[in-house]
Amino acid sequence: MAVQTGAEAEGSARTGPAGPSQFSDAGSPAISVSKLTKRYGDLEAVRGIDFEVRRGETFGFLGPNGAGKSTTISILCTLVKPTSGTAMVAGHNVVTDRDTVRRNIGLVFQDTTLDTYLTAEQNLRFHADLYGVPKSAVAPRMRQVLEMVGLWDRRESLVRTYSGGMQRRLEIARGLLHAPHILFLDEPTVGLDPQTRSSIWRYINDLKQREDITIFLTTHYMDEAEHCDRIAIIDHGLIVAIDTPEALKASVGKDRVQISTADDQIAIRELAERFGIEAALHEGLVTFSVESGEEFVPRLFAELDVPIRSVSVARPSLDDVFMSYTGRTIRDTEASSADAMRAMAQRFGRR
Amino acid sequence: MATPTTAEAAAPQGPAVQADLTDLIRVAVPDRGLRQDLRAASIVWRRELIRFRADRLRMITSLVQPVLFLFVLGTGLGALAGHSLPPGVSFKTFIYPGIVAMGVLFTAIFSAGSIVWDREFGFLREMLVAPVNRGAIVLGKCLGGTTVATFQGIIVLALAGLADVPYNPVLIITLIGELLLLSFTLTAFGVMMAARIKQFQAFMALTQMLVMPLFFLSGALYPLNGLPAWLTVLTRIDPLTYIVAPMRRAVFSHLNISPAAVHALAPGVSWFGWTVPLGLSLGIVALMGVVMAGIAIVEFNKTE
Repeated sequence: MAVQTGAEAEGSARTGPAGPSQFSDAGSPAISVSKLTKRYGDLEAVRGIDFEVRRGETFGFLGPNGAGKSTTISILCTLVKPTSGTAMVAGHNVVTDRDTVRRNIGLVFQDTTLDTYLTAEQNLRFHADLYGVPKSAVAPRMRQVLEMVGLWDRRESLVRTYSGGMQRRLEIARGLLHAPHILFLDEPTVGLDPQTRSSIWRYINDLKQREDITIFLTTHYMDEAEHCDRIAIIDHGLIVAIDTPEALKASVGKDRVQISTADDQIAIRELAERFGIEAALHEGLVTFSVESGEEFVPRLFAELDVPIRSVSVARPSLDDVFMSYTGRTIRDTEASSADAMRAMAQRFGRR
Repeated sequence: MATPTTAEAAAPQGPAVQADLTDLIRVAVPDRGLRQDLRAASIVWRRELIRFRADRLRMITSLVQPVLFLFVLGTGLGALAGHSLPPGVSFKTFIYPGIVAMGVLFTAIFSAGSIVWDREFGFLREMLVAPVNRGAIVLGKCLGGTTVATFQGIIVLALAGLADVPYNPVLIITLIGELLLLSFTLTAFGVMMAARIKQFQAFMALTQMLVMPLFFLSGALYPLNGLPAWLTVLTRIDPLTYIVAPMRRAVFSHLNISPAAVHALAPGVSWFGWTVPLGLSLGIVALMGVVMAGIAIVEFNKTE
């Protein structure tokens, strides 16, 4: 396979077919950010954040519009220079080693950056030449990424004839074409209908299985954050929480369990006696809260004498998480700050 | 572009390909280098050609203006201007070189304007975030515009017979060479403007505003001698003058007229009575193109 190329790098470790990756240091995290800030005049969009993204992780940046997500992702993608602090992506500094970082990352922007008057294939070929994908690798790799997003059959159609979801999928395919180590997805599903959104997620999850890749994404859809291995909640330019979705939800509150039994009164009494749980009848169901509903349910079946007909475990949603860390729901914050920040992002963050 | 053969070439390998594809995931993208920059410039150039080929309407519409000038204006004013031209030389022939230049004028500028268009529709971002030299992208764009505009100029060249200009191979090659030079400089000018202007409407308005004066001051429609002082100065400032004069010279030296008539009709550009040599005249145009392309590269390097 034409993996080795003529223009071998001096200094940075290069990869053979089965070799390690282009990370400058084999053990380094995919992304590491320390004391990062970004100011636009008086406005402090990012106010000193620290975090690390492990390799192979799907890491989500969650927050309302204008919280500093786009600014952070733009810094990581080398599109915006930070005011202070450092950011290392794939082991390379985003300021001093811009080109190396760019070669190692794939970008899918919020707004489309396809040439809609070209075919899908032409768009990919353009990208391959621009990123210097070895010529012999272009055709098979192109096929691979197009098949991955289910657009191989439509490769000769003008992108203009694609639906919004297809265009987004093509952008994801293009972002992967040069086999980046880290794929950045800035609001990958914004502006798409729910069905298309879930299909995009199916492709992203599928991609995780197939490619050894780290995914960094931003979203302001709470339900989408569930797809991530870890989440950072960002608000007003600060990270207010960072953990797995489960841990974040656990930190917020208990799961709500509802069971329907043959005899609800006995069930309530037994719950109190054996587990010390206070249960009550809500909506005709025995309802109570426990730390970890999923782990509790098997015990419930084993130890409760009353036959159980149905069980439902409702976990706290990330909405609850966001609310508990910021005191507001995401929708509350959107109305106030979105417009001002978006205008700012357009002035500085784009291009 | 990828023909079905490329796709099929990969297919028969079957399982082997599948196995290899996992390796492919670690495609090592090479470091920036001259070869990589040339490849980038080449694909930007090729995209320009693909887009041009797909846009047949543009090919036709940009012919309208030269044809209108040559045949309607040329014939109409010809009746008036005929008296001052030697016998056997029509006014159409006189303005023909200028009209050929006009043929590339709009196409070159419009082609450069596609940068503004790309910016509005996001595609420029795809180019600017790539790990390549911005200069390569600007160069590819300039060469793309040059190729497309020259092609458009060649279509006008094909009308030579209708303006009583002979289809002489040497003449045609000379004119194509001069068109290439002109197209490059005009595209570079357009790209330079596009680096600064963010809205397509504004770009078109501004360039239209500049293009017509450039054309009218170039001596495309009238001789450069015996003009009032203010107009003489303006014509000498217009870079287009320095390409129209050599083109007219080329056309007239291939007509069947006396050398004296050639000299009278196509004397070349003069500065205070000193005739600017052909090489210098072309050199001025080339230099302007290079300088403007350079400014464009600097401008694009400044943007994130």
